[in-house]
Amino acid sequence: MAALDWPQQVHRALKEAGVRLVAYVPDAGHKRLIELCHADAAMRAVTLATEEEGIGLAAGAWLGGARSALLMQSSGVGNCINALGMVRECRFPLVMLVTLRGEFGEFNPWQVPMGQATPAVLEAMGVVVQKVAAANEVAPTLAAAARLAFDSYAAVAILVSQRVIGIKSFHEQAAQ
Amino acid sequence: MKATLHRREVVRTLLAERGELLVVSGLGSTSWDCTAAGDSPLTFPLWGAMGVAAMTGLGLALAQPRRRVLVITGDGEMLMGLTSLATIGVQRPRNLALAVIDNERYGETGMQATHTAHGVDLAAIARGCGFDAAQVVWRESGLKAACRRLRAGAGPVLVQIKVVPEKLPLALPPREGALLKARFRRALLGAAMDSA
Repeated sequence: MAALDWPQQVHRALKEAGVRLVAYVPDAGHKRLIELCHADAAMRAVTLATEEEGIGLAAGAWLGGARSALLMQSSGVGNCINALGMVRECRFPLVMLVTLRGEFGEFNPWQVPMGQATPAVLEAMGVVVQKVAAANEVAPTLAAAARLAFDSYAAVAILVSQRVIGIKSFHEQAAQ
Repeated sequence: MKATLHRREVVRTLLAERGELLVVSGLGSTSWDCTAAGDSPLTFPLWGAMGVAAMTGLGLALAQPRRRVLVITGDGEMLMGLTSLATIGVQRPRNLALAVIDNERYGETGMQATHTAHGVDLAAIARGCGFDAAQVVWRESGLKAACRRLRAGAGPVLVQIKVVPEKLPLALPPREGALLKARFRRALLGAAMDSA
């Protein structure tokens, strides 16, 4: 059976939510979604040098009337902490799609500390955390998160489990 | 070289007859400078989140490609967000300009020297990141042309303006972040967006 194309479903959900700006620091788990966003003429895909840039970008976009979403790996959540203070104080809507590392069958021990701390760090900064452990749940969760963010002025992070990403070794990651 | 320009006058010049200009100011002195020049709902002053002023400007510039966006921030704030210069250099927004008011000090914490006091050249870094128009201004004679570039030149523009280190009376914009956000969106997008 072919694997469910969840990145394509997420791309469609982003479009349906009116998101036209997608910013990211790459993760192997986001590879296909990033490609889909770049290929979409109606979307602007912005590569960031570090994840906290994306918090400013999302805030500025909202000030200008545009909806955005951020893609990152769990290690990048740590880079965002102080900037998330602005999101909370100003009640900026925020949609983060975070692929987890250091969570389920991790092969790189250096990924474990930040991966394990990710939900607690986000919650400490007032971000609503929604975990997804199955590929068919990512897009519906994103659609709901976009409503929570843009209609209810919440900051929402969707944490996509390593069960969904399915990276099992350095060799397999390098071959992607 | 020794700085001769005074920050409040520089910012007043940058914001003179601002018209439709959208402004993001970095935390600390540059936000007080903007307020001293005249509080406006179309200025979004950051009170925190040090390092993200330039990227907030980029987000706004991408969302509003027909409006000029001017980020006014300090040397310390810009140093914390240096990676933004690379990201902005790659995006090449035509309508975005950055004015770095450089007193070579961390003004809110005891006037400690920043890296620019030791020769770090933000304009050269910006040029290395792909900004065509990036320069340092030391004198009144260069300010008028720099101001024109910041207000109307093809972006991305960065001008690093050397100013005298001085402690000035506070001029505070509203403190509450949610208010600053809401009034900016209302002034830019109209009240109908409150319930859109």
